[in-house]
Amino acid sequence: MNKDHIELGHGSGGLLTRELLDELIFSTFSNEQIDQKHDGAILPMSGHVVMSTDTFVVSPIFFKGGNIGELAVNGSVNDVAMCGGIPRYLSLAFVIEEGLPVADLRKILESIRHAAEKSGVQVVTGDTKVVERGKGDKIFINTTGIGTLHPKAHIAMQRISKGDKIIVNGSLARHGMAIMSEREGLEFESEIVSDTTHLNTTVEALLDRFGNDIHLFRDATRGGVAGVLSEIATDTAKGVFLKEAWLPLEKQVEAACEMLGIDPLYVANEGVFVSVVNGAIAGEYVEALRSMEGNEDAAIIGEVTETKPGMVILESKIGGKRVVTPLIGEQLPRIC
Amino acid sequence: MKYLEEYRNREATEVFLKKISETVTRPWKIMEICGGQTHGLVRNGILELLPQEVQMIHGPGCPVCVTPKSLIDMAVQLMEQGVIMCSFGDMVRVPGTSKSLLQAKADGGDLRILYSPIEAVTVARENPDREVVFFAVGFETTAPANALSVLHAKKEGLTNFSLLVSHVLVPPAMEAILEDEFCAIDAFLGAGHVCAIMGMEAYFPIAERYKVPIVVTGFEPLDLAEGIYMAVKQLEEKRVEVENQYSRVVKREGNTAAIKVIEEVFEISQREWRGIGPIPDSGFRLKEAYADFDAERKFQVRSNTSEQASGCIAGEILKGLKKPHECKFFGKECTPAQPLGAPMVSSEGACAAYYHFSGNLIKN
Repeated sequence: MNKDHIELGHGSGGLLTRELLDELIFSTFSNEQIDQKHDGAILPMSGHVVMSTDTFVVSPIFFKGGNIGELAVNGSVNDVAMCGGIPRYLSLAFVIEEGLPVADLRKILESIRHAAEKSGVQVVTGDTKVVERGKGDKIFINTTGIGTLHPKAHIAMQRISKGDKIIVNGSLARHGMAIMSEREGLEFESEIVSDTTHLNTTVEALLDRFGNDIHLFRDATRGGVAGVLSEIATDTAKGVFLKEAWLPLEKQVEAACEMLGIDPLYVANEGVFVSVVNGAIAGEYVEALRSMEGNEDAAIIGEVTETKPGMVILESKIGGKRVVTPLIGEQLPRIC
Repeated sequence: MKYLEEYRNREATEVFLKKISETVTRPWKIMEICGGQTHGLVRNGILELLPQEVQMIHGPGCPVCVTPKSLIDMAVQLMEQGVIMCSFGDMVRVPGTSKSLLQAKADGGDLRILYSPIEAVTVARENPDREVVFFAVGFETTAPANALSVLHAKKEGLTNFSLLVSHVLVPPAMEAILEDEFCAIDAFLGAGHVCAIMGMEAYFPIAERYKVPIVVTGFEPLDLAEGIYMAVKQLEEKRVEVENQYSRVVKREGNTAAIKVIEEVFEISQREWRGIGPIPDSGFRLKEAYADFDAERKFQVRSNTSEQASGCIAGEILKGLKKPHECKFFGKECTPAQPLGAPMVSSEGACAAYYHFSGNLIKN
């Protein structure tokens, strides 16, 4: 491409669009489907199909541990996986603000290609729009993931029952705090790195082994673990009991939360998911998780109870109890 | 995390909780002044671990909660006039007469949430053709940094930076509470971080005049348990003293460098407290020498709003006369998403703290 920045013309459907598609998009994602250059993709699938869509508007678009591109791939891949699906294909749509450096777009596309490869999905269709300067924020990305249902998956809120254990696959709040420290220009002794990753290989291995004993998967993105647990408590009309001391947290993440007056339970994650599993296999399940790369900090953090229906109760480190409510609006730092 | 984990230790905290139970012989009402302490008590579930004789009353020490509507209205007006409004995070959701700062932002205003007033000076430097106003709310704790921002701006010769000041002071508020004829408070936990700045001198005459023990206390579970124990012990032993639980941070004379900066820039003035009303000599305003940095004088913004009766009982809650869940609106018409009064907004506010952490437990 002989332009350094994205212009309105790149979204006009004319020659510039053609150039953008040919030189950046098609060449990056070449595969049997996308090479057809149809208006859409014709996919060879049978049985139950799992589908999920998500839009990504993160700022800054580049942060420690990743960028908006891999976030967009992992987000939809993970949502399909959380339904018990094995993700296969991805659609990819951009809303680009006029003026975005082409070099940035290349970097993002490269991350998308890499993340798609790692999670084993193909980008098969997409769209590019350009909006006037000031009408967007550099780049927004929408992806839709499509996959087939794992034969052993039986993921449903209704299957959650008393005595089920609640398990997370890794330490909490890394993504949100990486973004926040980037925005605030905070430096810590060791860097806080986003946990963005694809969860489908982990989930597939868990389903292979524990199938029916897994009652729910939910990724703890916006709203954090507290958001997921509140949903579980409300939707099942059962209680959720947590222990603060059991929550896995990295030291520097804990310090950043402390400094900014933020509760890690509400902070967004991009590689953490909550499993609700049959209590009888919970120990074995955590061991299995911990042996998988990237899930070494997996931990049981609580259990499902019949008492306090609809509520999430957390036992603090000193043994007091409090209610964990869902986040209201944005989490705002306190004055002092 | 050093200096935090040690003070969140379960066994050590239980030692003091046990001592409280062993020492107490009759009901006592203890007010924690500071919103940070209220937050710590509810977040860690300490209230339910205390013996029933010890009742904690949640004081007015939440800066967001006591900032009057009129000041928020002025901030909204300034945003509508096109200034860049800079604010601490939890101030932005507090409702003014017609809207909060966050709503003013949604309507097109330029609002920046910052962690330090010094950052606002940077914003002013980077936007020389815009007016930048920092909403300087807070108790004595935030005063040094706010004062310093003015000194920085002056040194740099910035003429587009000013403060909208709503600074309040702890000791006059304590006296106003103690003067109330219905006041039933037996002892105070003094606000640790306020005393870290200002020292403890102001509290000796209050303790003596009103015969009320004051224990300057920190914010972690162990601090709070120890502070409550020290207060109960004084009450049971019929002593009236100013004690310092938070000695790892608070010196009797305070932080003299910080006090010097405050005295350079601010002077004592009357302030209106949301829910309580005007209290003489209860806050700071910018000195005449720094009038150029005073947004109220610079922009001639005026607010004619007076506190309207919304049915909110914030005043009684801030004075410790009622508990949040004794309000008929609590958790129904008034929630953190739709607050009727300020104590429901800030997570330090007594109502929000109850709502988030223990409100539902109490109701059931």
